[in-house]
Amino acid sequence: MPSQQKPVFLNLLQIRLPIAGIMSIIHRASGMLMVLLIPLSIYLLDLSLSNEPGFAAVGSLLHSTPGSSILFLLLWVLLHHLYSGVRYLLIDVEIGVERPAYRYTAWAVTLLAPLTALLLWGML
Amino acid sequence: MHGATGLRAWAVQRLSAIYMAVFLLLVLGLFIFSPPADYTAWRELMGQTTVSVGLLLFYISVLIHAWVGVRDILIDYVQWQVIRLLLLALFGFMFVASGLWLLEVMLLARIN
Repeated sequence: MPSQQKPVFLNLLQIRLPIAGIMSIIHRASGMLMVLLIPLSIYLLDLSLSNEPGFAAVGSLLHSTPGSSILFLLLWVLLHHLYSGVRYLLIDVEIGVERPAYRYTAWAVTLLAPLTALLLWGML
Repeated sequence: MHGATGLRAWAVQRLSAIYMAVFLLLVLGLFIFSPPADYTAWRELMGQTTVSVGLLLFYISVLIHAWVGVRDILIDYVQWQVIRLLLLALFGFMFVASGLWLLEVMLLARIN
Protein backbone atom coordinates (compact mmCIF):
# COMPACT_ATOMS: atom_id res chain seq x y z
CA MET A 1 0.00 0.00 0.00
CA PRO A 2 1.44 3.40 -0.97
CA SER A 3 2.16 5.59 2.02
CA GLN A 4 -0.57 8.12 1.16
CA GLN A 5 -3.27 5.45 1.48
CA LYS A 6 -2.31 4.24 4.97
CA PRO A 7 -5.28 4.56 7.30
CA VAL A 8 -4.38 7.27 9.77
CA PHE A 9 -6.38 7.82 12.93
CA LEU A 10 -4.65 10.10 15.33
CA ASN A 11 -7.39 11.92 17.17
CA LEU A 12 -5.93 11.33 20.63
CA LEU A 13 -9.17 12.39 22.31
CA GLN A 14 -11.11 9.67 20.51
CA ILE A 15 -8.65 6.82 20.97
CA ARG A 16 -9.81 4.92 24.04
CA LEU A 17 -6.74 3.19 25.33
CA PRO A 18 -7.42 0.05 27.41
CA ILE A 19 -6.18 0.09 31.01
CA ALA A 20 -3.24 -2.19 30.16
CA GLY A 21 -2.15 0.41 27.59
CA ILE A 22 -2.37 3.23 30.11
CA MET A 23 -0.44 1.14 32.64
CA SER A 24 2.19 0.39 30.00
CA ILE A 25 2.64 4.07 29.11
CA ILE A 26 3.07 4.94 32.78
CA HIS A 27 5.65 2.12 33.02
CA ARG A 28 7.66 3.78 30.25
CA ALA A 29 7.21 7.33 31.48
CA SER A 30 8.11 6.37 35.05
CA GLY A 31 11.21 4.55 33.80
CA MET A 32 12.32 7.59 31.81
CA LEU A 33 11.71 9.90 34.77
CA MET A 34 13.76 7.70 37.10
CA VAL A 35 16.58 7.49 34.53
CA LEU A 36 16.82 11.29 34.55
CA LEU A 37 17.05 11.24 38.35
CA ILE A 38 20.02 8.82 38.51
CA PRO A 39 22.63 11.63 38.79
CA LEU A 40 20.57 13.35 41.53
CA SER A 41 20.49 10.12 43.53
CA ILE A 42 24.28 9.80 43.35
CA TYR A 43 24.68 13.47 44.29
CA LEU A 44 22.49 13.02 47.39
CA LEU A 45 24.34 9.82 48.35
CA ASP A 46 27.67 11.65 47.99
CA LEU A 47 26.42 14.59 50.07
CA SER A 48 25.03 12.34 52.81
CA LEU A 49 28.31 10.42 53.10
CA SER A 50 30.68 13.39 52.81
CA ASN A 51 30.33 14.90 56.31
CA GLU A 52 27.97 15.59 59.20
CA PRO A 53 26.44 18.82 57.77
CA GLY A 54 25.96 17.10 54.41
CA PHE A 55 24.11 14.24 56.09
CA ALA A 56 21.92 16.73 57.98
CA ALA A 57 21.24 18.68 54.76
CA VAL A 58 19.98 15.57 52.95
CA GLY A 59 17.87 14.69 56.00
CA SER A 60 16.21 18.09 56.22
CA LEU A 61 15.70 18.16 52.45
CA LEU A 62 13.84 14.83 52.57
CA HIS A 63 11.75 16.01 55.52
CA SER A 64 10.88 19.44 54.11
CA THR A 65 7.38 19.85 52.64
CA PRO A 66 8.47 20.01 48.97
CA GLY A 67 11.11 17.28 49.46
CA SER A 68 8.67 15.01 51.22
CA SER A 69 5.97 15.57 48.56
CA ILE A 70 8.43 14.75 45.79
CA LEU A 71 9.48 11.66 47.74
CA PHE A 72 5.85 10.49 47.77
CA LEU A 73 5.51 11.01 44.01
CA LEU A 74 8.80 9.15 43.47
CA LEU A 75 7.60 6.25 45.61
CA TRP A 76 4.42 6.12 43.51
CA VAL A 77 6.39 6.17 40.26
CA LEU A 78 8.85 3.56 41.51
CA LEU A 79 6.13 1.23 42.81
CA HIS A 80 4.12 1.54 39.58
CA HIS A 81 7.24 0.60 37.60
CA LEU A 82 7.97 -2.28 40.02
CA TYR A 83 4.42 -3.70 40.07
CA SER A 84 3.92 -3.46 36.32
CA GLY A 85 7.36 -5.06 35.93
CA VAL A 86 6.31 -7.97 38.15
CA ARG A 87 3.14 -8.22 36.04
CA TYR A 88 5.27 -8.47 32.87
CA LEU A 89 7.37 -11.20 34.51
CA LEU A 90 4.20 -13.13 35.36
CA ILE A 91 2.98 -12.74 31.77
CA ASP A 92 6.38 -14.15 30.65
CA VAL A 93 5.59 -17.35 32.55
CA GLU A 94 2.08 -17.25 31.07
CA ILE A 95 0.24 -16.08 34.17
CA GLY A 96 -2.43 -13.46 33.46
CA VAL A 97 -2.10 -13.50 29.67
CA GLU A 98 -5.80 -13.87 28.93
CA ARG A 99 -8.61 -11.47 29.56
CA PRO A 100 -10.14 -10.79 32.04
CA ALA A 101 -7.07 -11.42 34.27
CA TYR A 102 -5.00 -9.23 31.94
CA ARG A 103 -7.29 -6.29 32.65
CA TYR A 104 -7.73 -6.93 36.35
CA THR A 105 -3.99 -7.07 36.96
CA ALA A 106 -3.50 -3.83 35.01
CA TRP A 107 -6.12 -2.14 37.20
CA ALA A 108 -4.52 -3.64 40.32
CA VAL A 109 -1.07 -2.27 39.39
CA THR A 110 -2.40 1.20 38.57
CA LEU A 111 -4.45 1.49 41.76
CA LEU A 112 -2.19 -0.33 44.23
CA ALA A 113 0.87 1.76 43.32
CA PRO A 114 -0.41 5.08 44.79
CA LEU A 115 -2.12 3.32 47.72
CA THR A 116 0.95 1.39 48.84
CA ALA A 117 3.14 4.45 48.14
CA LEU A 118 0.99 6.40 50.59
CA LEU A 119 1.26 3.59 53.15
CA LEU A 120 5.06 3.33 52.87
CA TRP A 121 5.42 7.11 52.84
CA GLY A 122 3.60 7.19 56.16
CA MET A 123 5.92 4.54 57.60
CA LEU A 124 9.19 6.15 56.49
CA MET B 1 24.49 -2.11 19.61
CA HIS B 2 23.43 -5.67 18.82
CA GLY B 3 24.56 -6.72 22.27
CA ALA B 4 21.44 -5.06 23.65
CA THR B 5 18.86 -6.51 21.31
CA GLY B 6 16.65 -9.55 21.05
CA LEU B 7 16.78 -12.43 23.50
CA ARG B 8 19.87 -11.18 25.32
CA ALA B 9 18.31 -7.79 26.08
CA TRP B 10 15.13 -9.55 27.17
CA ALA B 11 17.07 -11.76 29.61
CA VAL B 12 19.27 -8.92 30.89
CA GLN B 13 16.21 -6.75 31.49
CA ARG B 14 14.57 -9.43 33.61
CA LEU B 15 17.63 -10.51 35.59
CA SER B 16 18.50 -6.90 36.48
CA ALA B 17 14.86 -6.28 37.40
CA ILE B 18 14.80 -9.23 39.81
CA TYR B 19 18.03 -8.12 41.50
CA MET B 20 16.75 -4.53 41.87
CA ALA B 21 13.41 -5.70 43.26
CA VAL B 22 15.06 -7.89 45.91
CA PHE B 23 17.59 -5.18 46.80
CA LEU B 24 14.89 -2.51 47.11
CA LEU B 25 12.80 -4.76 49.34
CA LEU B 26 15.77 -5.22 51.68
CA VAL B 27 16.53 -1.46 51.69
CA LEU B 28 12.90 -0.62 52.35
CA GLY B 29 12.77 -3.10 55.25
CA LEU B 30 15.95 -1.60 56.68
CA PHE B 31 14.68 1.99 56.44
CA ILE B 32 11.32 1.11 57.99
CA PHE B 33 12.51 -1.13 60.85
CA SER B 34 15.95 0.25 61.71
CA PRO B 35 16.74 3.50 59.91
CA PRO B 36 20.31 4.79 60.49
CA ALA B 37 19.99 7.17 63.44
CA ASP B 38 22.87 9.54 62.69
CA TYR B 39 25.81 10.25 60.42
CA THR B 40 28.09 7.74 62.18
CA ALA B 41 25.53 4.93 61.87
CA TRP B 42 24.96 5.81 58.19
CA ARG B 43 28.72 5.75 57.45
CA GLU B 44 29.11 2.49 59.30
CA LEU B 45 26.22 0.92 57.39
CA MET B 46 27.54 2.03 54.01
CA GLY B 47 31.06 0.94 54.97
CA GLN B 48 30.05 -2.71 55.23
CA THR B 49 31.31 -4.69 52.25
CA THR B 50 28.00 -6.48 51.71
CA VAL B 51 26.16 -3.13 51.61
CA SER B 52 28.62 -1.27 49.37
CA VAL B 53 29.04 -4.17 46.92
CA GLY B 54 25.27 -4.72 47.00
CA LEU B 55 24.73 -1.04 46.18
CA LEU B 56 27.32 -1.09 43.39
CA LEU B 57 25.60 -4.12 41.88
CA PHE B 58 22.27 -2.32 42.26
CA TYR B 59 23.52 0.69 40.29
CA ILE B 60 25.08 -1.55 37.64
CA SER B 61 21.66 -3.24 37.32
CA VAL B 62 19.92 0.15 37.16
CA LEU B 63 22.26 1.42 34.43
CA ILE B 64 22.01 -1.72 32.28
CA HIS B 65 18.23 -1.87 32.76
CA ALA B 66 17.98 1.84 31.91
CA TRP B 67 20.08 1.39 28.77
CA VAL B 68 17.83 -1.37 27.41
CA GLY B 69 14.68 0.60 28.34
CA VAL B 70 15.85 3.92 26.93
CA ARG B 71 16.95 2.17 23.75
CA ASP B 72 13.49 0.61 23.32
CA ILE B 73 11.81 3.99 23.87
CA LEU B 74 14.10 5.83 21.44
CA ILE B 75 13.61 3.18 18.74
CA ASP B 76 9.82 3.47 19.13
CA TYR B 77 9.46 7.24 19.26
CA VAL B 78 12.48 8.82 17.56
CA GLN B 79 12.24 7.98 13.89
CA TRP B 80 15.00 10.29 12.68
CA GLN B 81 18.17 8.17 12.73
CA VAL B 82 20.66 10.96 13.41
CA ILE B 83 18.73 12.30 16.39
CA ARG B 84 18.19 8.78 17.68
CA LEU B 85 21.90 7.97 17.55
CA LEU B 86 22.75 11.28 19.15
CA LEU B 87 20.33 10.66 22.03
CA LEU B 88 21.60 7.09 22.44
CA ALA B 89 25.15 8.41 22.68
CA LEU B 90 24.07 11.07 25.17
CA PHE B 91 22.32 8.55 27.43
CA GLY B 92 25.19 6.09 27.06
CA PHE B 93 27.65 8.77 28.14
CA MET B 94 25.44 9.72 31.07
CA PHE B 95 25.15 6.10 32.20
CA VAL B 96 28.89 5.39 32.04
CA ALA B 97 29.66 8.69 33.80
CA SER B 98 27.06 7.95 36.49
CA GLY B 99 28.53 4.50 37.12
CA LEU B 100 32.05 5.91 37.47
CA TRP B 101 30.81 8.72 39.70
CA LEU B 102 29.09 6.25 42.02
CA LEU B 103 32.26 4.12 42.15
CA GLU B 104 34.24 7.22 43.09
CA VAL B 105 31.74 8.19 45.81
CA MET B 106 31.83 4.70 47.33
CA LEU B 107 35.62 4.45 47.21
CA LEU B 108 36.13 7.93 48.71
CA ALA B 109 33.65 7.12 51.47
CA ARG B 110 35.85 4.10 52.30
CA ILE B 111 39.12 6.05 52.35
CA ASN B 112 37.96 9.16 54.21
